[in-house]
Amino acid sequence: MNNKKIKAGITVFPGSNCDADVYRVLNDVFDLSASFIWHKDKIKDLNGYDFIVIPGGFSYGDYLRSGALAARSPVMEYIKDYAYKGGIVLGICNGFQILLEAGLLRGVMLANDSLKFECKDVYLKTLNAETPFTCALKKDSLLKMPIAHHDGNYFAEKKTIEGLNDKNAVIFKYCDENGDITDISNPNGSMHNIAGISNENANIMGLMPHPERSSEKILGSEDGGYIFKSIIKYIRER
Amino acid sequence: MSKKAFIKIMLKDEVLDPQGKAVLSVLKSSGYDNVKDVRVGKYIEIDFAGEVKNGHVNLKGEAEEISEKVLSNPLIEEFTIEIK
Repeated sequence: MNNKKIKAGITVFPGSNCDADVYRVLNDVFDLSASFIWHKDKIKDLNGYDFIVIPGGFSYGDYLRSGALAARSPVMEYIKDYAYKGGIVLGICNGFQILLEAGLLRGVMLANDSLKFECKDVYLKTLNAETPFTCALKKDSLLKMPIAHHDGNYFAEKKTIEGLNDKNAVIFKYCDENGDITDISNPNGSMHNIAGISNENANIMGLMPHPERSSEKILGSEDGGYIFKSIIKYIRER
Repeated sequence: MSKKAFIKIMLKDEVLDPQGKAVLSVLKSSGYDNVKDVRVGKYIEIDFAGEVKNGHVNLKGEAEEISEKVLSNPLIEEFTIEIK
């Protein structure tokens, strides 16, 4: 099986702006067959795709709440069906916010506690390396990736956090360059430094930092590439 | 006669409101020492088309459904509805 046989769908909403970055990384860096899915495309289902990426941006101008309107657009019904059947779905940044608003992941994003748009490199600690998104990593691996968001302050009720911890569904936490999970390495006030979570079955992951902006050496880090390498590994081996 | 729903959405008291805090800090630095706290919310008007067949009650029900499912996120926000 060569990578070209792996088909990825990238959703595009009005205001998505990392769609082309994801497209480039999947097609040019990892040699997959990735294509766009416009939110109004009349599709029957998403069964032909090996995985779906909901990219970052400002879908619908972040009106009402980040991700709120995109989460209620027609293509999300297909994504819900696809995800409930076990399909692999990765939401990056605004894509994470959309997954939360769509109810595919639990919790909500509040405005960063700094009240600022935070745009910088951060370090992430891998808490669970046994998911389709992290299987090319080892537990506790450190990754350097950029963040670029205003609403990345993850918030959930106590019982939701306990549920995430019980199911090993907190996949990544913000940490410092030594891997210590500290307040100062938390860029947005996110509860327990949470940067990425999955659903119970770990086929859906939301991630605030941008792996597609850190998959090539020329961009300063290739660490984000491990997310895509993991997905490829998982699909090849399943 | 068409009817309107007037919907007010506020962050729950226990949720930090960064916008409110920013406005509070500007008001304080502008000398409004009497200001104790500020919360910023959203106000939405929905104009319903045509006759309302089942009267007020159902219209309020529809506005409630819209507010709960789309306009607010019940995890962090609460809403009040007025029908006129």
